[in-house]
Amino acid sequence: MTDNLQLWVIPLLPLVGAAINGFFGRRFKNSMVSTIALLFTAASFGLAARAVMMAWPHESGPHMTLPHIETLGTWIQAGSFSAPFGFYLDQLSMIMVLVVTGVGFLIHIYAVGYMSHEGGFYRFFAYLNLFMFFMLTLVLANNYLLMFVGWEGVGLASYLLIGFYFQKNSAADAGKKAFIVNRIGDFAFLIGMFLLIQHFGTLNYEGLFKTIADGHYAPEAGWGFLTITALCLMFGATGKSAQVPLYVWLPDAMEGPTPVSALIHAATMVTAGIYMIARSHAIFNLAPHALEIVAIIGCITAIFAATMGMAQTDIKRVLAYSTVSQLGYMFLACGAAAYSAAIFHLMTHAFFKALLFLGAGSVIHALSGEQDMRRMGGLRKVIPRTFWVMTIATIAIAGIPPFAGFFSKDQILGEVFASKTAGPIMWVVGVITAGITSFYMFRLWFMTFFGERRPDAELGDHHLMPAPVAASSHGSDDSHGQDDHGHDSHGTSGVHESPWIMIGPLVVLAILSFIGGWVGVPAFMGGHNEIEHFLAPVMDSGSAAGGENVPIVKVLEFATPPEPRPHNEEWMLAGTSVGAALFGLFFAWLLYYKSPGLPDKITSKIHGLYLVVLHKYYMDEGYGFLFVKPLLALSTIVFWKGIDQSVIDGLVNGAGTASQGIGNELRRMQSGNIRSYAAWVAFGGAAVVAYMIWLGVR
Amino acid sequence: MVPLSWYLVLSAILFCLGVFGFLLKRNIITIFMSIELMLNAVNLSFIAFANYWNAHAGQKLASGREIVGLSGHVFVFFVMVVAAAEAAVGLAIIIAVFRTRETLNVDRVNLLKL
Repeated sequence: MTDNLQLWVIPLLPLVGAAINGFFGRRFKNSMVSTIALLFTAASFGLAARAVMMAWPHESGPHMTLPHIETLGTWIQAGSFSAPFGFYLDQLSMIMVLVVTGVGFLIHIYAVGYMSHEGGFYRFFAYLNLFMFFMLTLVLANNYLLMFVGWEGVGLASYLLIGFYFQKNSAADAGKKAFIVNRIGDFAFLIGMFLLIQHFGTLNYEGLFKTIADGHYAPEAGWGFLTITALCLMFGATGKSAQVPLYVWLPDAMEGPTPVSALIHAATMVTAGIYMIARSHAIFNLAPHALEIVAIIGCITAIFAATMGMAQTDIKRVLAYSTVSQLGYMFLACGAAAYSAAIFHLMTHAFFKALLFLGAGSVIHALSGEQDMRRMGGLRKVIPRTFWVMTIATIAIAGIPPFAGFFSKDQILGEVFASKTAGPIMWVVGVITAGITSFYMFRLWFMTFFGERRPDAELGDHHLMPAPVAASSHGSDDSHGQDDHGHDSHGTSGVHESPWIMIGPLVVLAILSFIGGWVGVPAFMGGHNEIEHFLAPVMDSGSAAGGENVPIVKVLEFATPPEPRPHNEEWMLAGTSVGAALFGLFFAWLLYYKSPGLPDKITSKIHGLYLVVLHKYYMDEGYGFLFVKPLLALSTIVFWKGIDQSVIDGLVNGAGTASQGIGNELRRMQSGNIRSYAAWVAFGGAAVVAYMIWLGVR
Repeated sequence: MVPLSWYLVLSAILFCLGVFGFLLKRNIITIFMSIELMLNAVNLSFIAFANYWNAHAGQKLASGREIVGLSGHVFVFFVMVVAAAEAAVGLAIIIAVFRTRETLNVDRVNLLKL
């Protein structure tokens, strides 16, 4: 057995695919482009699977020591600081690599079907492969700096893909918004890295975590260096993982094509922040205040986003808010120092949320671009396969056993309940969020698949709502040019099930959404919670290194629950969350299936509150008023009109005017009149003579 | 014996006459004559200096060198020869200019001015 897994090839393959498609794809046929894109992604997935298989820890001890580090060479060398091109494979990055390449590959397949009628086919797949490259760099890097390269790269790919329909103003704006909001978080991440360099002199995971684990650091009671660093890293994660206060970009990111929403804005990229926190758990464990703040932010995000999701009518926006909310759960788990639970939920969420987005894409595809749920309905019979996979995904996200979402969510809630940094109050919020999640997901399910077909539904009562993205561009008059989408969309006859190339990945994801949670069946249900044991060597590395030291014992207080909880308490907690989910299901059934007139009555009763929720708590407006407008005014008045126009332009123009004026005066000397030249010569000669006389007389 | 300064003053007066004639006159022949006047004013000072040195020939300077005469006269001959050559070329140019422009006024002969 070779010890070299050639990890660097895994990220490089998609880059090659991106380069081929990006540079030459314009001349290729669509089939050629998709073959290249799929081939390189599949190869990357295969290599990742091989690497994981070879590094898999066995009962008899692992084949190779984990973490397995491969260094290609030095990237940056400055004084004592150095950042290598290094790759780091441990249990955590194994899961991430498999999720990224696996789900990514499925979504690539789906996209071949979904994008077949779109322009810029090659561009789309080049960007998608580029994203895979950066995401794999992010999860495989062995130091924060290389991770940051991937981190910025996925931001770039996200920007390119959100603005894929760049002719649409809203899409271009959404891309810019995502990029700029992410930059704010990235700035904090950078500062966190600088702090780490200043304090530890290295950004390599190995050196960094070993130094921390050596026991010279006690958990900080106050606001020490590690807490500040952890908060900086966390703020970076809030940008990428769309948490309060930087979540605003994610709902707008739904302007991108649906496979992009599934891959980047649900399954992989947005989980980068969670991955980063889990990777930095050694730092966070020593900073209880930072953990508390992470938990609070996760908690607020989870419930805020869930309530916002209740009032949305655009099918993708519902899912976007749901993603924000679920990421809030993962943040909450990180804040409770339950990193394994967070990663577990990350994995199951990648399955069912990708499935939900792809299913929504399938619905949108079937309805020729309609995204507003009020114009859907009754699709159960028409697109049965999509209906069934969506059903599985909905049950999975709602947290009803034995589907995947239940186990991960239950594990998070259980850990939160017992945690010192989170606690029962946050558990209550989490359970309420679970109920709301179930409600809005089943609302989506009922509105889309049940009831009457209503393609021409009057949307006037919601005129305050911003127009759904595609509703205007795909009217019901068949005048648009997409040939396959061009048939009559009035009756059910125009609605068509998606081709198998799209359904296939859905089925695979549906199976994963169903069984994906079984790797984490908790002990009280008779399982072994394999995933937690699997991740334990990574997450406990801090304590494993120096068990005798007193500070480490304190670390453990925060890192893991003090003792196994009684089983009946666990059953009670699990039962409560399932109860909340069923409660949400019941309300959704009541309001959107049994008596569809009821929601309007309720919303008119609490009109003010409803409007606030409908407008997403006026967060965008608030940010616009608080940050964007003052910044714009500052830039316009001070930087543009003040500094740029008067100082810089003034300097440049002044230099021009001055030399012009001086030249204008000097021009008079060169009159072209020979006698005046001679006079000047005579005058000069006389001056020289006078000077010499003066020298003699002196 | 006439002192050296008298010659030099006369030379300066002649030179200034030449300068002012050059600056103020418009007729190219007059300007040409003014140039000759300046050259000859310089010649006069050369002769005067040479004569002055000759009066002291055989004596020693502070630096120890002996003063020898005649070198000043030689320069005057050079100047006169060059001036004669210049006069030949200059008059030829003036004749060529007069044939084409039919004027001797230098202000009218300003084609080189942009």
